This record gives sequence, structure tokens and C-alpha cells, in this order.
Amino acid sequence: MPEPRPSPARSVLGSFVLIGVVVAGSAAAFAYTAGWLSPERLTPWKMLEALAPPSGPALGHRRNHAKGICFTGVFESNGNGAAISRASVLAAGQYPALGRFNLGTPNPDATDASVRVRGIGLRITPPDGQEWRMAMINAPVFAASTPDGFHELLVAAGSKDPNAMKVFAEAHPEFAPFGAWAKNAPWTGSYAEDRFNGLNSFIFTDSSGADHAVRWSLLPEAQVEPVTQDDLKKLGPDFLEQEITQRIRSGPQRWTMTVTVANPGDPTADPTKAWPDDRRTIEVGTLVVQRIEAEADGPCRDINFDPTVLPPGIRTSDDPFPAARSSVYAKSYDLRTAEAKDYPRTVTGPKP
Amino acid sequence: MNAIRHHFSPLQRLLHWVMAICILAMLFIGVGMVSTIMPKYVPLVSIHKTLGAVILVLALIRLVTRFYYGAPPLPADLPEPMKLAAELSHYALYALMIGMPLLGWGMLSASAYPVELYGGIYLPAILPQSDSLRTLLWNAHFYLAFAFFALILMHVAAALFHALVRHDGVFDAMAPVPIHDEATRVEYKAAE
Ligand code: HEM
Ligand code: HEM
Ligand code: HEM
Repeated sequence: MPEPRPSPARSVLGSFVLIGVVVAGSAAAFAYTAGWLSPERLTPWKMLEALAPPSGPALGHRRNHAKGICFTGVFESNGNGAAISRASVLAAGQYPALGRFNLGTPNPDATDASVRVRGIGLRITPPDGQEWRMAMINAPVFAASTPDGFHELLVAAGSKDPNAMKVFAEAHPEFAPFGAWAKNAPWTGSYAEDRFNGLNSFIFTDSSGADHAVRWSLLPEAQVEPVTQDDLKKLGPDFLEQEITQRIRSGPQRWTMTVTVANPGDPTADPTKAWPDDRRTIEVGTLVVQRIEAEADGPCRDINFDPTVLPPGIRTSDDPFPAARSSVYAKSYDLRTAEAKDYPRTVTGPKP
Repeated sequence: MNAIRHHFSPLQRLLHWVMAICILAMLFIGVGMVSTIMPKYVPLVSIHKTLGAVILVLALIRLVTRFYYGAPPLPADLPEPMKLAAELSHYALYALMIGMPLLGWGMLSASAYPVELYGGIYLPAILPQSDSLRTLLWNAHFYLAFAFFALILMHVAAALFHALVRHDGVFDAMAPVPIHDEATRVEYKAAE
């Protein structure tokens, strides 16, 4: 049934309108998906804006935990973890480890004694191409129970209103355990004496296919000598980096990795809620830190310790943080790698 | 090429429409995932990488079918600039179908990320780690994604123009299901 050709003018007009509607509609759907029509959407970008100090972010550096130092070593897996996860990294063996000791501040020039939260970024690479990346802190619980709550906290902390933090803490009672830790917990004079906690919950899948909700920590082998913040203030601005460099020059430092398994009903989606102390805890291996390198030329510099980079056998749980962190760390990584000229390397080698 | 053939081969049409859906999905998933911090971010990125790799494979197969079967000629009465635009835009679409996944894969390689696809499949790194290279590739992947979408909109507008205004058989040549059979088309030609 051949159509009449050319079409009558009215139907041509109708056709053009239809084409216009299809094109404009598609473009609008695209813009909506991209969030351009939803200024209220909490994007990775907004999270970075909230993290940035009033003077703006330090270009070329991580947008948070900006001050840090690289390390390399091995992860000695003792095989105990294989009971609850089929991840190859938990089978007995020694696997290369790369990481970064760091301070929870967006300011790479902060003095070490001024920063309460210390962290570690860690990447373990078993030989089969799989990877396990994580980023953990010394606090026993997190400061916010949801990523949105964390954004609110950042906004309050950055607010000019002197009451903002008080208002936040009142509206968010779940902040209290973290607040108490920050205020009362003793400090240490060394990264080697710090315990680092993953805080977020993940799912381990064992070889029978059964799932186990877990959280993990790194416990220092070094003797912990509690000190006060005032004592630390008397030390140099970079004493942590100098101390760990010295210490590891005289011998490797070790942390035991423990994995704690949730009981049914334990809160997995909320990192402000610690699990009871009696939960089954398995020592899965030892992190051995053998060498320290400055960040500017070090191997951790251009690594994103994205907590969702997990080997088969470990996956994210209903905890909303790892996904939020992954999206924000990726944006931070996009920016800082593009700003490499603002944070020059000191040696000009073949590496760009 | 056979002058009386007015349709792309069924395999080409199948690939065209399957890929059209996949590519549009990729563009939406791409801009959607980078704008959210919600839990869906993780599966979206996983789907983005996996579907992107599938598109690369399909695009290479499609390139082979394009060389093997060719394409039906555009209508003789189509103005020369429009013919040129059609041809150039098709080259560009092919380049993007193959280029975008390679840029994504290269960008992740240069960032020292493991390129893990859905189901625990790991692709090897195709580039060494490099901040300058990953920035270059990131920019290319970013800007070309928008160029790709704009080109697809033009392509769709042109296809609908052929289908609704010109009724010249160009749309039928790629139609997912035959709209007019061969006989009709010949009659049509004869009537011109
Ligand atoms: C939604 C909540 C969070 C946001 C928005 C956030 C933001 C960031 C950003 C932007 C970076 C820099 C990433 C990079 O450029 O590579 C970072 C690094 C880091 N974060 Fe978070 N973070 C969040 C939650 C957490 C939690 C719950 C922990 C601890 C369990 C944590 C521990 C760390 C550590 C240790 C680093 C440094 C990693 C490294 O050395 O590269 N963060 N965070
Ligand atoms: C036809 C193929 C593809 C299309 C159309 C496409 C499209 C897109 C789009 C529209 C974005 C969002 C850009 C933005 O607004 O920032 C994006 C981001 C991204 N794509 Fe693709 N992509 C394709 C293939 C791939 C492949 C194969 C990979 C990896 C294996 C990949 C990895 C990524 C990554 C990692 C991002 C996020 C970049 C960032 O901001 O960190 N893409 N892509
Ligand atoms: C979304 C992604 C799309 C891509 C990447 C794409 C790509 C292409 C390419 C490369 C060709 C050239 C023929 C070939 O060698 O394969 C083509 C032809 C064609 N496409 Fe698409 N297409 C898309 C979507 C669409 C849509 C949504 C429509 C319809 C509204 C459409 C209608 C057509 C038609 C009618 C032809 C035949 C043109 C001719 O005879 O030369 N395409 N497409």
C-alpha cells in the first residue's frame, strides 16, 4: 500500500512536531537522568563541596584524608578466613600489599597533632588479578548513620553559625558515640600503635554459598602507649610520618586483621552502631608493613582505595556507605589526577 | 553490492536495534551513575562496564557484517549534502560504538583499577598506570559521550524524517520488522 507522496502539508507539519517531541523528550529524559533538573539530588560533587575547607580544596590532593604517606609490604593470610569467604585473598598465602597511612582532613598541610581521625588505605593483590581495597579509620564507630547524614554533618561542621554543630548533634543522637570517642579516647604517638576499623559491613560468601555479614579491623602488634593531644602538640607538624619512617627502617610493623561476624539482627546498615563484643571474631592474617615512601612519588599516590573494589567472595551489604564512598572517591580521584601539575612529583622519571 | 536490495540484512537489522537499545541504556546509565551516591551506584557501574564490553564485541561483529553485506543505496533523489551527512554520521557512529568502550577500558586501566565485569570476569589492563593518560581518556570518554548522544538524536530525527516526511524507504531499510515487502518497494521505485 504505497503512501501518497509528497505528504499533505498538514501531516508534514504534524510529522515535524512529532520529531521535535521525540528529540526534545529524549534530551529532557537524559538531562533528568543526569540530575541537571534535580538540584536537590545529593551528588558526589556536592559531597566534595561540603568536604572542602572555606579556602577551597587542595588541588592535586585527595579531597579528604589529604595528608598521608605510602607503604608497601605483604598480607600474610593464615587461611582462617577461608571458612567464611571463598575469596582467594583469604586462602593461606602471602600477597603483596600497598597502602597509605593518612589523616582525616582535607588539608594536606595540617599539623599531625590537630587531626583526630587517622586512617589507612590498603590494597591487597592475590596473584589471580583479583583485588581487595579498603580504607579504615581509628574510630570505633562512624560519625553518621547514612551518607546523607554525613553530608549534613559536613555542612554543620563547615558552617559559620557557632551553634550549627550543637544543633546537628541534638538532631542526630547517633553522632554521640563518635563524639564521645573523639573527645575522650586516648591518642597515640604512632600510626604503628593505631587500631584501624573498617566500620562498614560487607558480605562474605563461603564455598558452600552461605553469606556472612562482617566488619573487619587491623589491630596493632606494637605496644600502645596512650598520650594526650597536648603532648603531641609539642612534637613537630609531621611527627607521625617521621616516626613511622624511622620505626619501619628498624623493622617491619605488623597489624592483625580480624573479621567479626554479625549475629542475625545485628545492625549492618548503620556504622554508628557497634556490634556487641561477644560476636565471633576470626583472625584472618597479618599485615606486614616493610617500607615507607613519601606520597608525592610513592606508589599509593594515584591509587583510589575504593571500598567497593572487592574480590569475588566479598561484596557490599545493605550498608549504604561503601557505594556512596565509591562514588565520591571516584570524583575525588578524577579531580586530583587531573590536577597533577598542582602537586608536582619531585623526581622526573619515566612515570608521568 | 546488489542494486535491487533495499534492506539491510536481517542480521544487520537485529544488531542495529539491539545495539541501539544497549547504547541508549549506556548513555543514561553513564550520566545517571555519576550523579548519585545511592547504593545503586555500585550495580550501575558494574552494568556500565559489562554492557560496554558487550557493545564493543557486538560493534566489531557489526563492522564485519557491514563489510560483508554492505548497505542498500540511499534514494537517488536525496540531495547530495544529505547523503554526505548520512554517510559521515554513520562513520562517526561506528567510531563511537567502538571507541567509547575502548576509552572506558583504557581509562580504568590507566587508573590502576581492576576492570571487573559482572560475574567476576576480569579484563586485562590495556594501558599502564598514568595520571595524565587517564585524564586524557576521561575527558575523551566524557565529551564524546555527549557528542554520541547528540549524534544519536540527529540520527533519530533524520530516520523519522525519512519515515514520516519523505516516505523514501530509508527507514524501511533498517526497520526492525519488514514494513513494506520487496515487491512494494520495486513498485514504488517504478512509480517515481
Ligand atoms: C559518605 C561518607 C564518606 C565520604 C563522603 C568520604 C570521603 C572521602 C574522600 C573524598 C576521600 C579521598 C578519596 C581519594 O581521593 O582517593 C576519602 C578518603 C578516605 N576515607 Fe572516606 N569518606 C566517607 C566515609 C568514610 C568511612 C566510613 C571511612 C572509614 C571506615 C573512611 C575512611 C577513609 C580513609 C581511610 C581515606 C583515605 C584513603 C587513602 O589513603 O586514599 N571514609 N574519604
Ligand atoms: C558504548 C559504550 C559506552 C558509553 C556510551 C559510555 C557512556 C558513558 C557516560 C555517558 C558516562 C558519564 C559521563 C559523565 O557524565 O561523567 C560514562 C562514565 C564512565 N564510563 Fe562509560 N560508556 C561506555 C563504555 C564504557 C566502558 C566499556 C567502560 C569500562 C570498562 C566505561 C567506564 C566508565 C566509567 C568508569 C565512567 C565514570 C567515569 C568517572 O567519572 O569516574 N564506559 N560513560
Ligand atoms: C541509539 C543508537 C543508534 C546507533 C548507534 C545507530 C547507528 C546506526 C548506524 C551506524 C547506521 C548505519 C548502518 C549500518 O551500517 O549499520 C544506522 C542506520 C540506520 N538507523 Fe540507526 N542507530 C541508532 C538508533 C537508531 C534509532 C533509534 C532509529 C530510529 C528511530 C534508527 C534508524 C536508523 C535507520 C532508518 C537507518 C538506515 C539508514 C540508511 O539506510 O542508511 N537508528 N544506524
